[in-house]
Amino acid sequence: MRNVGIIFKKEIDSYFVSPVAYLLLTMFGLIFGFFFWNAVSYFVMVGIESQMRGGGGPMNLNEYVIRPLLSNVSVVGLFFIPMMTMRLFAEEKRTGTIELLATSPIRDIEVILGKWLAAVALYGCMLLFTAVNFAFLFRYGNPDWKPLAVGYLGLLLQAGGLLAVGTLISTMTRNQIIAGAATFGVCLMLWILEWVSGYETAAWAQVLAYCSVITHFESFAKGVIDSKDVVFYISLIFLGLFLTSRSMESLRWRS
Amino acid sequence: MITVEGLTKRYARTVAVDNISFQVQKGQIVGFLGPNGAGKTTTMRILTCFLPPSEGKATVAGFDVLEQPMEVKRRIGYLPETPPVYPEMEVSEYLSFVGKLKGLSGPNLARRVDEVSERCAVADVRHKLIGKLSKGYRQRVGLAQAIIHNPDVLILDEPTAGLDPKQINETRDLIKGLAGDHTIILSTHILPEVEQTCEQVIIISKGRLVATDSVHNLQNRARGAETVLVEVAPRDSAPFEQTVVQRKLEQVAGVSRVLLRDASPARAVFEVESLKDKFIRGDLARAVVESGWNLNELHTTAMSLEEIFLQLTGSEPAAAAAETPGEAQ
Ligand SMILES: Nc1ncnc2c1ncn2[C@@H]1O[C@H](COP(=O)(O)OP(=O)(O)O)[C@@H](O)[C@H]1O
Ligand SMILES: [Mg+2]
Repeated sequence: MRNVGIIFKKEIDSYFVSPVAYLLLTMFGLIFGFFFWNAVSYFVMVGIESQMRGGGGPMNLNEYVIRPLLSNVSVVGLFFIPMMTMRLFAEEKRTGTIELLATSPIRDIEVILGKWLAAVALYGCMLLFTAVNFAFLFRYGNPDWKPLAVGYLGLLLQAGGLLAVGTLISTMTRNQIIAGAATFGVCLMLWILEWVSGYETAAWAQVLAYCSVITHFESFAKGVIDSKDVVFYISLIFLGLFLTSRSMESLRWRS
Repeated sequence: MITVEGLTKRYARTVAVDNISFQVQKGQIVGFLGPNGAGKTTTMRILTCFLPPSEGKATVAGFDVLEQPMEVKRRIGYLPETPPVYPEMEVSEYLSFVGKLKGLSGPNLARRVDEVSERCAVADVRHKLIGKLSKGYRQRVGLAQAIIHNPDVLILDEPTAGLDPKQINETRDLIKGLAGDHTIILSTHILPEVEQTCEQVIIISKGRLVATDSVHNLQNRARGAETVLVEVAPRDSAPFEQTVVQRKLEQVAGVSRVLLRDASPARAVFEVESLKDKFIRGDLARAVVESGWNLNELHTTAMSLEEIFLQLTGSEPAAAAAETPGEAQ
């Protein structure tokens, strides 16, 4: 555990000593803000229209603003994941510092956990950063906070799974760009797999759709914790990290 | 401290290390010598548990590298061919990170960081980014991280590669200074380095062990026949012709061969080889002087490790390996 902490701290420091973390935070914040004000403006417009038509009844902020917003963010996250994981192992392999880690009295899995947790923590920071927007919602409206919290939990779980996949891919090359591009490709695949369910209902299409990380987010966006989806994300995390440790071992035996 | 038995490492296409065996005693400083591609790095990576061997056994401080890697790693300090440094870290931050990785903490860690910074002469740059340091400093930071946990065994892969002559000397002195406290294996493809730094030498070539012996013994062994450099100059009116001088030298008892190295009207330099176990310097001097010439210079050229190395790896490597017992002097 202590060793995980050492690696975690080192990775966090290296995110924040370079412009990477600030760039990611800023970009994510801007994109999130854009989505947010779009959703709010739309909400306001629809609200005014329905009042002019004489329709009554208060509209639900959660349904009109938070849910679409969270769904959008879960997709945007796919584009940020590769930038957070591509460096993790590829850079250590390129510069040879992997030899330091591998010859120190610390287990592979501790290195992997430290790095992965650092990436998850950075994603957590990015999510926190977006909370500023919601401060406005709570100031001027009256949304229910629980679905929002569930949505954020879903975002974090989803990112955890994808970050584990990205970590795995980063062990396979010494070239950051390749690691990033491959991770991006895989993230994209995991997203668009869902589309097959739009026109095909056969068993294989259902399996593919099940593998899509996005379908599992829908329940979270609605504010519902569905154990099926939680299990999916947790399994993805475990699988990703397990394969990462296998990958590190096999690289050692092969090279 | 280190035993290696029948160690073999095969890559997909090459056999990098082929059935190597040797031992290193506690407190020794051993040179691991071989041309590029000989398998030095591979052997060191096996000893540090970075790579598993294909066959054979290696133990460090009594622990097997395959069975108890954690115990081995605790006792080893390793400087890979390129120092494993993070350019975005400050020197002290980096040393403290490595110290923690090796299990140090608290005031002990802080003390060790200070000590190794002093010892490796990087204290003056401790708050600089490693990425901004020169190659020499980076190498010393690499050394500092290798000794931060005061390991029993130090494994240094080409510690002077890529340094300028001044830095090479500084690094050598530093390594020699470490010798008392640690058992050290250092690899190099530069022969004088071994002569100057090491007590023992392990010579490998193309993955095979060629010789293991003390530097002293190896030099003696190869020096059975001596080579003497003689510079002769004309005096007064005595006739001076190289061919005449050469013939004169050849007639000295015990001389096997005379080669002309350099000649001008004013002087001639010869390289004279003796027969095995013959001492010819006195006779050579007398022959020159009695012929009426000046003897400007006369000295033996000790056979360098370089020549030994060529001799061992060149004509008869198998025989040399077979007849060389690997014991300390
Ligand atoms: N990762 C690797 N994969 C395949 N072959 C390798 C690898 N590393 C080294 N080799 C080969 O093994 C041999 C020994 O290399 P090495 O141990 O690096 O030699 P040295 O350090 O003495 O220069 C060389 O022929 C080299 O090409
Ligand atoms: Mg090498």
